[in-house]
Amino acid sequence: MSSVSLAGNIPSAATLQARSEDRTAWLLAAPAVVLLLLFVLLPVAAVIFLGFTDFELGYGKFRFVGFENYAHLISDRTFRRSLWNTSVYTAIVAPVSIVLGLGVALLIEGEGRARGFFRTVYFLPVASLIVAMATVWQYIFHPTIGPLNALLSLVGIPGPNWLGASNTVLYSLSIIGIWQSVGFNMVLFLAGLTAIPRELYAAAHVDGAKSALDRFFLVTWPMLGPTTLFVVTISITNAVKVFETVKMLTDGGPNKASEVLLFTIYQEGFVYLRVGYASAMTVVFLAILVVLMLLQYRVLDRRVHYT
Amino acid sequence: MTSIPAGRIIRFALLSLGALMILAPYIFMISTAGKTQSDIFTSSLALIPQHFYFAENFAKALAKVPMATLLWNGVVVCGLIFFFQVVVAIPCAYAMAKLKFRAARLIMVLVMLGLLVPIHATALPLYVAFDRMSLLNSYTSLVAPFTISVFAIFMFLQFFRAMPDDLLHAARLDGMSELGIIARVIVPNAWPAVTAFAIFSVVAHWNDLYWPLIVVSKQAYATPPLGLMYFRAAEAGDDYGALMAATLIITLPLVAAFLLAQKRFVEGITMTGLKG
Repeated sequence: MSSVSLAGNIPSAATLQARSEDRTAWLLAAPAVVLLLLFVLLPVAAVIFLGFTDFELGYGKFRFVGFENYAHLISDRTFRRSLWNTSVYTAIVAPVSIVLGLGVALLIEGEGRARGFFRTVYFLPVASLIVAMATVWQYIFHPTIGPLNALLSLVGIPGPNWLGASNTVLYSLSIIGIWQSVGFNMVLFLAGLTAIPRELYAAAHVDGAKSALDRFFLVTWPMLGPTTLFVVTISITNAVKVFETVKMLTDGGPNKASEVLLFTIYQEGFVYLRVGYASAMTVVFLAILVVLMLLQYRVLDRRVHYT
Repeated sequence: MTSIPAGRIIRFALLSLGALMILAPYIFMISTAGKTQSDIFTSSLALIPQHFYFAENFAKALAKVPMATLLWNGVVVCGLIFFFQVVVAIPCAYAMAKLKFRAARLIMVLVMLGLLVPIHATALPLYVAFDRMSLLNSYTSLVAPFTISVFAIFMFLQFFRAMPDDLLHAARLDGMSELGIIARVIVPNAWPAVTAFAIFSVVAHWNDLYWPLIVVSKQAYATPPLGLMYFRAAEAGDDYGALMAATLIITLPLVAAFLLAQKRFVEGITMTGLKG
């Protein structure tokens, strides 16, 4: 900063240099800005626009229908089912994978020699092709030849048709979702845990926090605030975006019991090619993401002040 | 004195139990890939195959899935995406972090907006546009929407801000151009951020099914997830032996990369803290 003002004894030289620096900056940023407009902002504007039309791929013409698509969405049973299923899936996967992720992180943190091994194992699903692992889960969940039901029959429990029955399919998908994200949350929590200064635990001990549980609530939990908020937001967002396992294993079935938001959008837009209607759904999806983000900022403003 | 080992044993037991549940799918995948059809139907809990059928199952999988094409497509698509993301994002982040740039705040707002928008939200208009330009079933359609990563800009921006300005002044005094500074000073110093982003980007796009499913309908351009989906759809029956063999082959590259570069992976994921 100082060298610039030193170099420019004459003020006009300084402004000239600033102007040329501004121009260079624009040139450097131009590709990113152009692509950002082209592939993110323009398409978002287009989705909002298309949501007010009856555009269908393959038909040349389309007309404005105002809020007709949205009115239709409210009474659309598939879409409502889909919103409900996504909420149930998120309400299961996010909390369970966060709590398990934190639990595993705390256990691993205290572990000595085997620490690296466990971290690798729990993280493995994150590095695995989810589409591929979904087919493995399909085999595990297979009602007749799957190992899970074989195991259950050993103890005399008749296993359900995990992915094939409408009352269990969402829970089965949730199990896969949890399996997939525990390790991811664990790694984030581990990073948060290592950032907590050791002295705080010693201080808590002096202050009379004798048990591990006391120390957890006095030091660990408050110090993990920012990490937890981050993990919560990411877990919810990722759960709302569930698609791969549904597309791969159930196609929304049986009987729409596993229709989730992105799958319904995919089906409407890219299979039935009703682009206008699917765009309205996409706007709802985007609105959910925006609300989640705003909630995160509010919480962040209100209470997380540790970093 | 005795309570400490007890606690340790419980902790170890809990961790082992969880690890077993995490590993179960991998164990069954490997075991089933080595079983004959009749073994699969009769003894699903026996982990060691009765007749070693690995070679046959792998041969079947390789005969039916164009594995080389899939892996090649995966490498090309992920490689191109990563290349463009970095080449586009680094100069922009540098300009925002280190130059007097009046529009930096405005671009920051755009970047923050962009962070909110996943491919699922932009897919419809992009699909319509690619369809109009007859670009479906091409590397272009697979790569183009991801050439801009607002996340990369955001991440590099944080990283560049922490870099000392003296380094840049020295380079400028040496008469280096801004592009020269980026290539010879910034990038070499930003290597940890670049590798972290590389892992994030490759994991995300290697796994992505949504966008390839939309723009690709031909085997020739299928990425690994899509190829596996085709195979499963075609083999609708219960030939789980071959299916598990295919699954194993397709999962292996990224898992192997992870096992070899674990530390970097974990660092990369924590540093980027995002996926999908």
